[in-house]
Amino acid sequence: MKKNPQRLSEELGLRREEYERIVNILGRLPTPTEIAMFSVEWSEHCGYPHSRKWLAMLPREGNFAPLVGEDAGGIVYDGLAIVFKMESHNHPSQIEPKQGAATGIGGIIRDILGSGARPIACLDSLHFGPPEDKNSLHVFKGVVEGIAFYGNCVGVPTVGGELYFYPAFRGNCLVNVMCVGIAERGKLAQAVARGKGNGILYVGNKTGRDGIGGCSVLASKEFGEGEEKRPSVQIGDPFTEKCLIEATLEALATGFVVGIKDMGAAGLTCSCSEMAAAGRSGVELDLDRIPLREEGMEAWEIMMSESQERMLLCVLQGHEEEVARIFRKWGLEAALVGTVNETGRVTIRHRGAIVADLPAQALTDPPVYNPPAEKPAYLEKVNTLSLVDIPLPENYEKVLLTMLSSPNLSSRRWVYEQYDHMVQINTVILPGTGTPVLRVKGKPWGIAVTTDCNPLYCFLDPYRGTQMAVAEACLNLSACGARPAGVTDCLNFGNPEKPDRYWQFIEALRGIIDACRFFGIPVVSGNVSFYNENPAGVIYPTPTIGMVGILEDVEKAIGAVFGEEGSMVVLLGEPKEELGGSEYLRVIHGLEMGPLPSLDLAYEKRLQDLLIELVEERVILSAMDISEGGLAFALLEACLGGEHPVGVRVDIGRWSNLRTDTVLFGESRGRVIVSVREESYSSLEAYAVRKGIAVTPLGRVGGERWVIHQGEVVLIDLPVEELYKRWEVHY
Amino acid sequence: MKFGVVVFPGSNCDYDCYHVLANVLQVNTVFLWHEEKDLRSCDCVILPGGFSYGDYLRTGAIARFSPIMQAIRDFIAQGGLVMGICNGFQILVESGLLPGALLPNITGRFICKYTYLRVENVHTPFTHLFTPGEVVKIPIAHHQGNFFMHSPDLLTLRKQEQVVFRYCGPHGERDPRFNPNGSLDDIAGIASANFRVLGMMPHPERCAEDILGSHDGRKIFFSLIQWLEERKSG
Repeated sequence: MKKNPQRLSEELGLRREEYERIVNILGRLPTPTEIAMFSVEWSEHCGYPHSRKWLAMLPREGNFAPLVGEDAGGIVYDGLAIVFKMESHNHPSQIEPKQGAATGIGGIIRDILGSGARPIACLDSLHFGPPEDKNSLHVFKGVVEGIAFYGNCVGVPTVGGELYFYPAFRGNCLVNVMCVGIAERGKLAQAVARGKGNGILYVGNKTGRDGIGGCSVLASKEFGEGEEKRPSVQIGDPFTEKCLIEATLEALATGFVVGIKDMGAAGLTCSCSEMAAAGRSGVELDLDRIPLREEGMEAWEIMMSESQERMLLCVLQGHEEEVARIFRKWGLEAALVGTVNETGRVTIRHRGAIVADLPAQALTDPPVYNPPAEKPAYLEKVNTLSLVDIPLPENYEKVLLTMLSSPNLSSRRWVYEQYDHMVQINTVILPGTGTPVLRVKGKPWGIAVTTDCNPLYCFLDPYRGTQMAVAEACLNLSACGARPAGVTDCLNFGNPEKPDRYWQFIEALRGIIDACRFFGIPVVSGNVSFYNENPAGVIYPTPTIGMVGILEDVEKAIGAVFGEEGSMVVLLGEPKEELGGSEYLRVIHGLEMGPLPSLDLAYEKRLQDLLIELVEERVILSAMDISEGGLAFALLEACLGGEHPVGVRVDIGRWSNLRTDTVLFGESRGRVIVSVREESYSSLEAYAVRKGIAVTPLGRVGGERWVIHQGEVVLIDLPVEELYKRWEVHY
Repeated sequence: MKFGVVVFPGSNCDYDCYHVLANVLQVNTVFLWHEEKDLRSCDCVILPGGFSYGDYLRTGAIARFSPIMQAIRDFIAQGGLVMGICNGFQILVESGLLPGALLPNITGRFICKYTYLRVENVHTPFTHLFTPGEVVKIPIAHHQGNFFMHSPDLLTLRKQEQVVFRYCGPHGERDPRFNPNGSLDDIAGIASANFRVLGMMPHPERCAEDILGSHDGRKIFFSLIQWLEERKSG
């Protein structure tokens, strides 16, 4: 690696002005190791140069006490810290689906673990090209396999998430993984190195040449034509991760661990420099002591390696061996690789020589870019939908069955049954039957979790689409009885150096800021993934919202699917004559057009409060929010998602003044289908009226047929069994 | 009365079993580390689910060589009570402590879902509180639960009433569509010839509390506890 330093820095993805800044900081030419370290720390993936300015504006306060930490933020409730974060692993998953997704799970679990919390649940928000497309199917199946391979072994249940297919994700899939953990408030760990003389302990897997440049070369650039990037993808070992979880929690319990950080993106460079910077200390490392998988690794390779299942600990002087023994008991590597000092510098030794010596703060203070933003030209064209031009269907059964063939509206059972969603025995509401709810052993309350974003909405209107994602997440949580408490976001966009992409990013961020402020929910953590594009095109902007809510009494949690034959089906909220952004318009009329449905945040808040109240007072049996596919598909999912499919008979005659397709398939916001026992209906009505929410009885659960009529006219009358067979898909 | 839950590196249902025994049923329970050589006078040992040693080879293939398995072998030889759940069942089979083999699921995929089981033998320490043919709802979560053995062995297994649980429908009906993994003869769990060793793929510890949607699994643990109590007092 005897290269001109400037050329090397370009190869590793640094810009010319960044290189010059490095020379200025050091007052001399950087060494190859130093260039490698800057290139990963200042990469888009680690340093957020294009987004930091905006991320600083996200609300940090809300109705619940927030906990904004180093790696993973969270909320505090009843003395416990609920820590959560979502992260993307898009680029690696596109290239090597199984390992890409697997290591995505591993990374986010270690983030949560690094905060001192036990990981208790994972969710995956996944987006792919259409499954008819051979490569998209390959990526999709590989990702699911990777999540199952890693997640099942590591013993953290995968309890939920979302899955959507759009052509815009053909060349760039999205794999956003969220992990939730809990810890006693007072026992959280910090990602710091401090205290002169304290030891730096390396634990976990050995370091190899895998994943070098994963964050800089891979995740911070667009895909080019015909490039081979597979070597930049890491390889996951869930067994080692499982042992690492147990050993780390055991080590933290000794009280001798001063600080801890996972070695994820940017590996050892990131963990040692960020721990030193956070502790306002210096760290000196001896790379000859790092456990290596292969001989002859150069210093820059060791510093950039993204080998998985590794953590860096700062341990109280004199107790290093005691802590190391815990890791060895679990069959893991544990090596004392350095010490803390007061220089404020990261000093790296290798083969007897100093190969890097730089100020820790400088590494963790990457440049901030504020590139130009410009409203994309396509927005004018796609937001011109006029309903008069959309012919009304003649046969609604046919429409329903055609829409049922859209993979966006079919059952997700094939996916979630491959994930262990019950291990740790906390899952109260199982995937597929409603918003996932977890109990907390020994506590009366519980945690509800969801991820939401409709990329098509965000493509048509990034600001409102993102607000709708926040509102839908809130509605999902309140539908099971949980009060929305905190958000983690995973912001997936194209190349921020292109003004139209950057505009989408800013609009989406404004959407999150405004909606979260309005609902009083802090954004406690998150991740930005730019450069999700390739020569064939760019993804739809996808600001995925991960949200956690609290149920005061977890025993009262309800699901979304119908459970009782004979119970009444009731609609909360009202349809409007809106079709923009709907799956109906996309599948039946081949149009991806706006304007999006209207959104009234104040109304949404009232609806959320109403649902929480209804669950609290045990008025309703189930609640399903209406989203993709409209009223018809919410009803269908409520009928088919339970243990046994059930029929239903409903009448939408009340809205015969509106276009029938808007009533059945429109995606107007603020609507929920609830089921209720007859004797509780008047109580339901009273609660709804008090909150100013329209309440309309639609029909009843039961029977073998799935019937929707409009007064005298029967629109759809199909056997439930047939619908069920078409709804359950296998890939 | 004392229960032991074995912890192999990679076990991931160890805490779940511990929670049900120690916190829900409130019996004395200890963890037994895989390197231990004695069972600390436990009356019943649970081999929990998970991926012992990663199970990168064949499930349970490495665990059978761990120090604690020698102790369990001796314990079983003396008539000790052992229950292997999921990976625990795989380990018992790999160790030759239960007959048969557990092949990859016929679907080729991991399956996590609730299944119905018919209790076929109620004369074991694990099932004596059930009524013959009782149907229970207990979830599975595995990649290799497809029970197999050669037909002469199956005949022996049946004759000796070693089949304890079979997959079935909600009303106890047997049909291939209720068999999730392709198991021979719909077998979900078997016992040793003396009924002191039970192996089952479904996870009773996952449905031992009302809040988790089913408490059917609790009855297995109740059976064990009552059986041990009666033996102590008797």
